[in-house]
Amino acid sequence: MKILVPVKRVIDYNLKPRVRSDGTGVDLSNIKMSMNPFDEIAVEEAIRLAEAGKADEVVVVSIGPAKAQETLRTGMAMGADRAILVETDDEVEPLAVAKILKAVVAEENPGMVIMGKQAIDDDSNQTGQMLAALLGWAQGTFASKVELDSDAVTVTREVDGGLETVKLGLPAIVTTDLRLNEPRFAKLPNIMKAKKKPLDVKSPSDYRVDITPRLKTLKVVEPPVREAGEIVPDVDTLVAKLKAMGAV
Amino acid sequence: MQVYEAPIRDMRFVLDELWVDDGFGDIPALEEFDSDLTSAILEEAAKFSREVLLPLNRSGDEEGCVLENGVVRTPEGFKDAYKQFTESGWASLAADPEWGGQGLPERVNKLVEEMTCSTNLSFGLYPGLTHGGAIALEAHGSEDLKNLYLPKMTSGEWSGTMCLTESHCGTDLGMLRTKAEPQEDGSYKVSGSKIFISAGDHDLSDNIIHLVLARLPDAPAGVKGISLFLVPKYLPNDDGTPGPSNGVSCSALEHKMGLKASATCQMQFEESTGWLVGEPHQGLAAMFTMMNAERLSVGIQGVGIGEAAYQSAVWYAKDRLQGRSLSGAKYPDKPADPIIVHPDVRRMLMTMRCYNEGCRMLGGWVARALDAEKHSQDPEVKARATDFVALMTPIVKALFTDLGHESANLAVQVYGGHGYIRESGVEQYARDARIAMIYEGTNGIQALDLVGRKMGQNTGRLLRSFFHPVSDFIEASKGDGPMKPMIDGLEKALGALQLSTATIAQKGLKDPEEAGAAATEYLRLFGLVAMGYCFARATMISDMKLAFGTEEKEFYDAKIKTATFFFERILPQVSANFLAIKAGKKSMMALSEEQF
Repeated sequence: MKILVPVKRVIDYNLKPRVRSDGTGVDLSNIKMSMNPFDEIAVEEAIRLAEAGKADEVVVVSIGPAKAQETLRTGMAMGADRAILVETDDEVEPLAVAKILKAVVAEENPGMVIMGKQAIDDDSNQTGQMLAALLGWAQGTFASKVELDSDAVTVTREVDGGLETVKLGLPAIVTTDLRLNEPRFAKLPNIMKAKKKPLDVKSPSDYRVDITPRLKTLKVVEPPVREAGEIVPDVDTLVAKLKAMGAV
Repeated sequence: MQVYEAPIRDMRFVLDELWVDDGFGDIPALEEFDSDLTSAILEEAAKFSREVLLPLNRSGDEEGCVLENGVVRTPEGFKDAYKQFTESGWASLAADPEWGGQGLPERVNKLVEEMTCSTNLSFGLYPGLTHGGAIALEAHGSEDLKNLYLPKMTSGEWSGTMCLTESHCGTDLGMLRTKAEPQEDGSYKVSGSKIFISAGDHDLSDNIIHLVLARLPDAPAGVKGISLFLVPKYLPNDDGTPGPSNGVSCSALEHKMGLKASATCQMQFEESTGWLVGEPHQGLAAMFTMMNAERLSVGIQGVGIGEAAYQSAVWYAKDRLQGRSLSGAKYPDKPADPIIVHPDVRRMLMTMRCYNEGCRMLGGWVARALDAEKHSQDPEVKARATDFVALMTPIVKALFTDLGHESANLAVQVYGGHGYIRESGVEQYARDARIAMIYEGTNGIQALDLVGRKMGQNTGRLLRSFFHPVSDFIEASKGDGPMKPMIDGLEKALGALQLSTATIAQKGLKDPEEAGAAATEYLRLFGLVAMGYCFARATMISDMKLAFGTEEKEFYDAKIKTATFFFERILPQVSANFLAIKAGKKSMMALSEEQF
């Protein structure tokens, strides 16, 4: 079985994002970029399935700028077999990504798509679900455990009330949550091998997908700075203050 | 707080931009390692250091190593980290692919080493010594020894040590007493005691391969009677697995000032079976193959600690609110300004920054020469590279470790009282960095190596491998542009270095004590000029990038500002060293021994 793993190049999770002074978005100039951590978990899961003999090929795909090749190489250094970059410098919204992925799926015929439940830059949490809808495939989102059989996949989902286990017929979409696994460190020989693994570069027009954004970002602002607290002498003062604020 | 993020942008500046035209490039064997690949390697090394090694740095220091029932136990977490480190291929980074290594260029290897040293110097020693041992074995061992030991030492399954020092002899190895008795089967029985043996015993690897200096029964006295032996902790079975014990034991752990997670052992060899490495009585020369490589790596330890200390100090200087800026409150909304507003705190931070960047640039140049020495097809380039590496080895070792320790000390000062408290983590840097000025030949010995051996070698040919590129650069850069003050400063500093060289050569010929009295200042002066050259080149490249337009304005702008601080506030130390050298040995030797 072939597994397709979409990965996104995002601002490194260790960094504190800064908003551009004109409020049009997050300042990404000269900022360290890395693979979206949820996607890293997806790559790890796919590789583990391949190592367990349950999958025979892992293909990573990214939609984004030329620099996203680095992200794909990271995926291949971890163990993915080959990569596809759908190159575009334009902003792509979840629906456009899902449409491109649908076209990639049509070409590649994977038995399963494993992807991060969301990207840490826009936190959309939509692409997996949209892709499942477009393909008419089953979906197991927020996975904390994935068990693959020949014709079905059992996914333990992290839902608000606890854990929910679903069994999906294949092909299926699985989106990963944080506790699914701990991604490996790439081994040095594999980093070197990754350079020689095949990486195809395509464009959205190759798939005849219109990626024109449907949303307009009005402005982006930094979260308000937390203000200093105040120590009150007694409960009466506290209640009085809360009343004055209209909180009680 | 110990804060560290690998300075990858600065490393890439050294790797990809600074030395493009130094004549040590264009090596076909290294073509594969383009900027994309080396960036990926640096990124992954940075991640590993930050996520695996750094969390064990403080805990390793607190816990230390323990000797229990004759076996040394490393601190919690070290065994796992070592396993991950070796399995991921970091231990065999620069090793020869023939033995299972990755064959990475030294220019990349040294940067990865820096990250290891920044995040966990104690840890770095275990694989570091193994690599050094493997180098000596590769250069001098018999084919049988190489085939049996090198693959396992390269993978890190087996680790290595170098056993030189005995209780009565460190610098003067001619006095050593460990002996080796020839056996009928061609092996030897090695007996004796060694002290200060880093990684002498531990629980990280399946076997420990000691390279031991000892005397044969017919050995002449002094350094000409020392031979090198390979002595494993466990004798290998025919199938290559570790077999019976070989009479090698750790009798005690040294109690050290720092580097506590590195097991420094007193070792006993009791009729342990060993094999000769290289020729009889040529052991010191064979050991020096390892020693020279190690000296460069020890220099890198200085930069590593310096960088970690700097980053931790910057973090604190921005975080610690205390007092107000001398020019009026900078953060009126806060109860006080962060201490980074104060000139004296800036002085410390800028000094550390200059030391780190200066050493990293210079180290990058020497690493390129190491690659050219090993791989260049052009005999002329190869010869020049060999000269340059020989000349710069004592400078890299002594200068980098002196400055690394100074940076660690400055970090403690930036933290004030909190720096003297263990929990802040910066006093560990000062303790850990201290040893690097001592081991692999004290910094005093490095200075003697420079004036006594390297300076005069082949009538000064080694010196030309440095003087020529620097004076060529000065000639080519002269003019009235914005770089004029820097080029003028560099020219004067180089003049002082050349004058000092002549003075020492002249006086030292008649009276070796004169050379000895000038050695330490001369090495520092040399290092300052070399860093000045690096900063001038960096400024020229940064000017150009800014003029042509770049997305990385901040980076190049900071580079120029740092270089300017170096030229205005640090390079002037050249004059002080020059005057001290000129004064000669007289006042140094004047006091009678009784007067002390």
